[in-house]
Amino acid sequence: MRTKVLLAAVAVVAFTVPAFAEISDNVIKIGVMNDQSGTYADLAGPGSVVAARMAVEDFGAARKGMKVEILVGDHQNKPDVGSGIARQWYDVDKVDVIVDVPTSSVVLAVNQVTREKNKALLVSTGATSDLTGKACSPNAIHWTYDTWALANGTGSAIVKTGGDSWFFLTADYAFGLALERDTEAVVVKNGGKVVGRVRHPFPTADFSSFLLQAQASKAKIIGLANAGADTTNAIKQGAEFGIGRGAQQFAGLLVFLTDVHALGLDKAQGLLLTEAFYWDLNDQTRAWSTRFAERHRGARPTMAQAGVYSAVLHYLKAVEALKSDDGPKVIARMKEMPTDDPVFGKGKVREDGRKIHPMYLFEVKKPSESKGAWDYYKVRSTIPAEQAFRPLAEGGCELVKK
Amino acid sequence: MTILGIPVQALFGQLLIGLINGSFYALLSLGLAVIFGLLNIINFTHGAQYMMGAFVAYFLLHGAGLGYFASLVIAPIVVGLFGILIERTMLKQLYHLDHLYGLLLTFGLALIIQGLFRHEFGSSGLPYDIPPILTGGTNLGFMFLPRYRAWVVVFSLVTCLGTWYAIERTKLGAYLRAATENPALVQAFGINVPRMVTLTYGFGVALAALAGVLAAPIYQVNPLMGADLIIVVFAVVVIGGMGSILGSIVTGFGLGVIEGLTKVFYPEASNTVIFVIMGLVLLVRPAGLFGRER
Repeated sequence: MRTKVLLAAVAVVAFTVPAFAEISDNVIKIGVMNDQSGTYADLAGPGSVVAARMAVEDFGAARKGMKVEILVGDHQNKPDVGSGIARQWYDVDKVDVIVDVPTSSVVLAVNQVTREKNKALLVSTGATSDLTGKACSPNAIHWTYDTWALANGTGSAIVKTGGDSWFFLTADYAFGLALERDTEAVVVKNGGKVVGRVRHPFPTADFSSFLLQAQASKAKIIGLANAGADTTNAIKQGAEFGIGRGAQQFAGLLVFLTDVHALGLDKAQGLLLTEAFYWDLNDQTRAWSTRFAERHRGARPTMAQAGVYSAVLHYLKAVEALKSDDGPKVIARMKEMPTDDPVFGKGKVREDGRKIHPMYLFEVKKPSESKGAWDYYKVRSTIPAEQAFRPLAEGGCELVKK
Repeated sequence: MTILGIPVQALFGQLLIGLINGSFYALLSLGLAVIFGLLNIINFTHGAQYMMGAFVAYFLLHGAGLGYFASLVIAPIVVGLFGILIERTMLKQLYHLDHLYGLLLTFGLALIIQGLFRHEFGSSGLPYDIPPILTGGTNLGFMFLPRYRAWVVVFSLVTCLGTWYAIERTKLGAYLRAATENPALVQAFGINVPRMVTLTYGFGVALAALAGVLAAPIYQVNPLMGADLIIVVFAVVVIGGMGSILGSIVTGFGLGVIEGLTKVFYPEASNTVIFVIMGLVLLVRPAGLFGRER
């Protein structure tokens, strides 16, 4: 009799062990892949790794008994290096999800590999709106922003205030071309016209000859369809040629907080830009950003780094609910669960893999308006989540039910 | 009036821009040519030394309050001394060996220096402003010429021609050239050849640092600035002829102009046109346009 009770007790205890048996190798491996040392290193880079670690800690993985490991990869802005790292991570290191991935040409390649291996991809910094359009995938979510949202924010605001003739200075690779395409569509839709364009190699140090062509076009607005050091170099050199004072203005289509920091307020003042996050928006973002800055050499987070935090946090919540880290299943669960975190507030993930949240049109402050380092933006307007991103039907994504 | 669809006015503007870029190529390839021509060392650290020149200018401004013109003098001396240190401790051991050892050593040094700076300063770059006296510009009609860029062309031309003159037309230059041909004999005449070699390396490095200070206000001061430029400069030196001083000056300016024209007609190729030309030149004249067969 006593043996039976004992056996029954053992059976009961055995069956109450948490059923994390479906987590591959009992470890959730998150790979942060980005440019650790080149053109895009400051806007994402090591800061994104800090954000990912913060997400794991805030989620409380340790006390929930979940083992989470973070790997870091430097794709050097090259698609072949990026896909090589992705394959190694998925095949050899058993990574479950890759996050961040700036540089659209790389993210498109990694998106392919992720789909092939049936894992998961959370894109924070990569920009091309094709990720939720013709390249949409059940294995990926496009988290922070995309070229369509940028065009819709900055592009339409500038056209509506009189900037109706545009000349594009475009980085000659996937991202620049996508941004140019999306912005041109917005400009034309709002009654403006594009008088010319020039494609520059990525990356470029000297813009003098391209700026000369832009000046010769007499366009009111020189649209910078590039990012990072390309944007800051173009703006800096433009100042030498007299652009920005008077008849011609720059439109920074993708500008991060770190770019403004590198340029300095006297060169960047007055720039209009669209971002998904700013550290000084509200108490929650301020508190989070201060914690981030303490771990990242005093630098405030960019929207890209905030996006990594938000994506990893939501991913871990989905894994916990599902008790599995199977790629497409977790992605599907993330689409079912509404999101809520201190950096973006409440939001949700659409069926085409687009996370939506409000976008903000910022203007860079004048030096006299700024109270100190990193105090760079003032809010010009808030674009509600439903309007900030391309409507579901227009993307051409096969996942969207017609 | 247009040439191939580009208005002549715009073309002149681009030619001028090309000339300005060419002055950087000329200054840097001059340093490389001096070092290779007289010392037979392929100095891959040149790009890193160019970057160090720009950083020294930045530190002088933010640390010691010394402006641009002071940096033009001090930075080359500081980096030149650093170059002398490298030469005395490391390069000296390699003179009797194959070229490749010097190349490997200087390449390794370049990676180390760049890595250290990048680790310390990140990769976005630090701002360095154009000195107030050189801001603004003149409207030439076909383009707006920034005063600072005009200064760069003039200053580079003067420096390049001055260096060429010193090496080809003065007694000191004669000693240097003789020492390259036959060091033992020249030493027998009582001239301190090792010291001349060391100072020459220091001079070549100083030229790189000078180019760095000139570049600081235009390009961001960033640890990767040398790496981007050095490959192109090597192509320039190869096209001009590895040992020829005049060759590197002429080729530097010339290729700057050609690159500028490419940016107008087919901008996507502007990164690669110099290498295409290098390939063609090597097929036809392996020693370079002005080089001598060694």
